[in-house]
Amino acid sequence: MKILVALKRVADPDNANKVKIPADGSTIDTAGLEFKPNPFDEYALETALRLTEDGTKPKVRDGEVIVVTFGPADTESTLRAALATGADRAIRVDANDDQLDGLLVAKGLKTLVAEEKPDIVLMGKQAVDGDTNQVGQALAELLDWPMATFAATIEEQEDGLVVGREVDGGVLELSIKYPAVVTVDLRIVSPSSVYSTKTDRSFKYNEGVRFSPLPAIMQARRKPLDTKSLADLVDDTGLKINYLRFEAPPARLAGVKVADAAELVDKLKNEAKVL
Amino acid sequence: MFPPPLHEKEEHAELREQARRFAREHILASAHAWDEAGEFPRELYGQAAAAGLLGIGYPEELGGTGGDVSHAFAVADELTLEGKSVGTVVGLGSHGIALPPIVFHGTDEQKHRFVPPVLRGEQIAALAITEPGCGSDVAAITTRAVRDGDDYIVNGSKTFITSGCRADLVTTAVRTGGEGHGGISLLVIETDTPGFSVSNKLKKTGWWASDTAELSFDDCRVPAANLIGEENAGFIPIMTNFAGERLMLAGGCVSIAQLAYRESVAYARERRAFGKSLTGFQVIRHKLADMASRIAAAGALVSELTTRHLRGEMVSGLAAMTKNTATDMVTFVADQAVQIHGGYGYMRETVVERLYRDARLYPIGGGTREIMNEIICKTEGY
Ligand SMILES: Cc1cc2nc3c(=O)[nH]c(=O)nc-3n(C[C@H](O)[C@H](O)[C@H](O)COP(=O)(O)OP(=O)(O)OC[C@H]3O[C@@H](n4cnc5c(N)ncnc54)[C@H](O)[C@@H]3O)c2cc1C
Repeated sequence: MKILVALKRVADPDNANKVKIPADGSTIDTAGLEFKPNPFDEYALETALRLTEDGTKPKVRDGEVIVVTFGPADTESTLRAALATGADRAIRVDANDDQLDGLLVAKGLKTLVAEEKPDIVLMGKQAVDGDTNQVGQALAELLDWPMATFAATIEEQEDGLVVGREVDGGVLELSIKYPAVVTVDLRIVSPSSVYSTKTDRSFKYNEGVRFSPLPAIMQARRKPLDTKSLADLVDDTGLKINYLRFEAPPARLAGVKVADAAELVDKLKNEAKVL
Repeated sequence: MFPPPLHEKEEHAELREQARRFAREHILASAHAWDEAGEFPRELYGQAAAAGLLGIGYPEELGGTGGDVSHAFAVADELTLEGKSVGTVVGLGSHGIALPPIVFHGTDEQKHRFVPPVLRGEQIAALAITEPGCGSDVAAITTRAVRDGDDYIVNGSKTFITSGCRADLVTTAVRTGGEGHGGISLLVIETDTPGFSVSNKLKKTGWWASDTAELSFDDCRVPAANLIGEENAGFIPIMTNFAGERLMLAGGCVSIAQLAYRESVAYARERRAFGKSLTGFQVIRHKLADMASRIAAAGALVSELTTRHLRGEMVSGLAAMTKNTATDMVTFVADQAVQIHGGYGYMRETVVERLYRDARLYPIGGGTREIMNEIICKTEGY
């Protein structure tokens, strides 16, 4: 099994208050921000590792996991961290964030898929910076592949996957055939949410994304990391989505204390107008 | 905020990221509760091992994850800064003083028997040198081990032993020969041995989440196969072990002080008095600036000590200087942090209140401030 995992780095959501917008609203100033891998993409990588192993032998990879990111040279640290977590090799498509939109990334991925021929493309359901939630769906459309979004559970079968999606009122199970595009939700890293055919159903993973021990960190520096240019992958690198203006959300006002439930209802009804 | 120490490389940054995540997921929420409870759950050892954080600085063939003291410090630093429980970090790390004598001076059989279960987080290891009657004067220990066939019969007691209440194996300094440093040996005592007992769980000023024990040996029969190194040659391994411990303790001071500083900056920004935030007062800003300067100085010295130690230089004098510089620094910084927090700084549950108590140990443990000066006098030749 060969899996391509798309990763993006995002401004650390724990420091979201440091995001600055210049007065003219033309852009988001990312200077001085700390970057982290998009958490949903980290979950996608964990999912890919679980699908290519026997859970009791996490050091032995059965198949290949390739991670790819679109970004400037300093995003290579995100890729190295993914390699330390267990991916086999990495590809960086050189581009700056402001030269990219969801459709362009999906088109770039389409070309990479043609080159790499993975059985599955895995990614987070969305990136927590722009929250656009488009790339997975756009890629599946461009490839004309089956797709499952917001996966909460995945079970590997002989010729495809059974994907559980949490929807209002229950769990929807989709059976999809390879090759396929799957985007994952946060519950995918629960202890019993992903099983390859090699992992016994009684096995329970540690909650969350696995840690990388020092030997894996050292090994990761010797794993292959290729660089491609965006123009190699996509003919028309023009943006289809243009941002007109950025604005910071209004500062939160101090709360008020109410004397009783009646006053609360009154305020909700007449001031907040939510009742 | 302070940049990472100069000697650290890219891999340290990645390792710090792992430790930071572990601390946030497994320690932070319980930091106060574990301190009040006087211990942290035993499972934490296994969890830390699974995350690859327990075996740092130990060879892979013994179940370690490689690396050296610089990696161990990077991990301890992040666990302290993000987990905010100094007691938990020192308790989790007690094998850091208990195992090195076994790794450096033990036989292959001893290494493979004692080290891997500890690094898997299944067993807890402690080091027992100090006795009720002597601490600084290690050469005066009186716990006796008398040879009887294939065993030693051990009698005596040890005190102030970190992780001693729950330890499965205790690397113990015993007197096998005559008086003075030439009669001391190191013996690994398994705590299920009849005659071994934890006579007291000690109540302390700080480091509450880490248990500290008084241990008794009453005709405790220990196999001679547990003797580490040669009989009566235990003093040198004990002293070399102290050098590594001092580096980690000095580093610990820098971690504690940085945390106290971070907490103080955040508090000073948020707390208001006389119509402005505390950072609006130059006096408070200058306190913070003084704290930052001393932290930077001690941090730089710890980094120099680490670098020279890893190059293989003789660093006992520098280690003593670094420890004293770092303990003076943390004493000052923790005190200022409490002052900036006002009454809240005196209340349990406030992080800096805990740090203030934790910090008091450092000029005492691992060799007192006075003993460090004695070492400096010796290496300086006066
Ligand atoms: C929380 C905690 C954890 C500890 N963990 C461990 C552990 O895991 N294992 C272990 O073996 N020990 C441990 N210790 C013991 C620690 O190493 C000793 O407390 C320390 O070495 C000092 O010994 P002492 O307490 O007997 O003081 P003493 O040696 O009695 O010293 C008392 C005072 O006299 C001064 N003094 C002594 N000799 C001289 C001298 N020659 N010149 C000038 N002044 C002198 C000292 O500096 C000190 O101020 C721990 C202690 C504490 C508090």
